[in-house]
Amino acid sequence: MADTAVEHGAEAGGAGMPQLDFSTFPNQIFWLVVTLIVIYFILSRVALPRIGAVLAERQGTITNDIAAAEELKQRAQEAEAAYDKALVDARAEAGKIVDTAKADIQGELDVQLAKADAEIAAQTAESEKAIAEIQAGAADAVKAVAKDTAKEIVAAMGGKADAKAITAAVTARMKG
Amino acid sequence: MADEAHGEEAGLAFHPLDQFEVHRLFGEGPIHWYTITNVTMWMAIAVVCIVLLLVIGTRKRAVVPNRTQSIAETLYGFVYTMVEDVTGKDGIKYFPYIFTLFIFILISNFLGLLPMSFTTTSHIAVTAILAFAVFFTVTIIGFVKNGAGFLGLFWVSSAPLALRPILAIIEVISYFVRPVSHSIRLAGNLMAGHAVLKVFAGFAQVGFIIAPVAILGVVAIYALEVLVSAIQAYVFTILTCVYLKDALHPSH
Repeated sequence: MADTAVEHGAEAGGAGMPQLDFSTFPNQIFWLVVTLIVIYFILSRVALPRIGAVLAERQGTITNDIAAAEELKQRAQEAEAAYDKALVDARAEAGKIVDTAKADIQGELDVQLAKADAEIAAQTAESEKAIAEIQAGAADAVKAVAKDTAKEIVAAMGGKADAKAITAAVTARMKG
Repeated sequence: MADEAHGEEAGLAFHPLDQFEVHRLFGEGPIHWYTITNVTMWMAIAVVCIVLLLVIGTRKRAVVPNRTQSIAETLYGFVYTMVEDVTGKDGIKYFPYIFTLFIFILISNFLGLLPMSFTTTSHIAVTAILAFAVFFTVTIIGFVKNGAGFLGLFWVSSAPLALRPILAIIEVISYFVRPVSHSIRLAGNLMAGHAVLKVFAGFAQVGFIIAPVAILGVVAIYALEVLVSAIQAYVFTILTCVYLKDALHPSH
C-alpha cells in the first residue's frame, strides 16, 4: 500500500503535496525522534555545560579584572595622596630649615657685628690714647727745644740765663 | 507577457513541490519507518552541523572566543535569556530541551536554503511531532507542578462570573489548537517560501524580459526566506517558552 502511494506521489509530479503523503510519515517521525534524541544528548551532556562553563568563567574573569582594576586605582590614588603629603611635608621641612638657617645666620651676624664694633671702639680708644701721648710727647719736646733755644738766645745776647725764668716764660708762651 | 509565458508553457517545467518529496537514498522499494531516506540524510547533516558548531567549535573553551565559539555562545545566550525572561528562574531546567528544538529548527531551516537540499522542517509530519512534543510536555509539566490547579489556566478569574464558562470554553479550544497552529505555522512558512522560490526559478527559463525579473525575484525571495528561517525558529522557540510559562504559572 505504501508502495503505491509513493509511486502515485512520484507520478503526480507537482499535483499532490508530498507533505500529505502519509506513507512517508512513519519514516520521517522515526528519524526525527532519533535526531532529536541524539541532539538532546549531545547538547545536554557536552555542548551546553561547556558553553555555560565558558560563559561563567568569562563572567568571573571580567568581574575579577574589574575588581583588580578598582583595587589598583584605589592604590594609585593612595600613592598619589601619600606623594602629595610627602611633598607638603618636605616643603614645610624645607621652610623650617630655611627659617632656622636664617635665624642662625642673623644671630651669628649680630654677634660678629657686636664684636667688630667693640674691636673698632677699642682700637679707636687706643689710637686716641696714642695720639694724645704723641701730642704730649711733642709738646714736651717743643718745650725742651724752646727752653734750650731761649737759653741760647739769651746767652747770645749776653745775658745770664735764669733757668727758672726761661721755663716759666716758655710754659707761659706755649699755653698761649 | 502573460500570453508569451503561456505560449512557451509547453517547454516549461513547473515542479515546485518536487523538492519536498521523500525518497529512498539506496535502491528501490517501499519506504518503511526504518528506511534510510533523504529525510535521514538531511537530519544527519543537521546533527553534524550542530556538532561542528556547538561541540567542535567550542572545544578550546577559550575565554576570548574565536568566530565559531562566538556564534555558539551567542545562540546559547539568546535562547538562555529568552527562557529566563519568559518562563522565569524555574524554567531554566528545561533550557536544554528548548535549545534542542531551537537549534534543530534553525539549522534545518538554513540547510533547506541550500540549492538541491531537502527541508525537513517544511514537512507537517516533522513540525507536528515537534509541536505535539511541546504540547504534551507542557501539559504534563502543568499537571505535575500544579495538580488540578493547572485547570485554573482555563478559568479566567479576573473576568465577570457570568462570562467565565464561555471564556473557559474559548480557552480550552485555544489550548488544543495550539499544537496545530504551532506546527502548521512553521511547516507552512517554509513550504510556501520554498515553493515560491521554485516557481520564480521556473519562470527564469522563459528568457527575454521575464528571466531577469524572475532571477531578481528569486534573489529577493531568497533573502526573505533567510529571514523567515531565523524568525520561524525564534517564533517556535518563544511560543514553546510561553506555553511552558503557562504550565509553570497557570494563573492569569
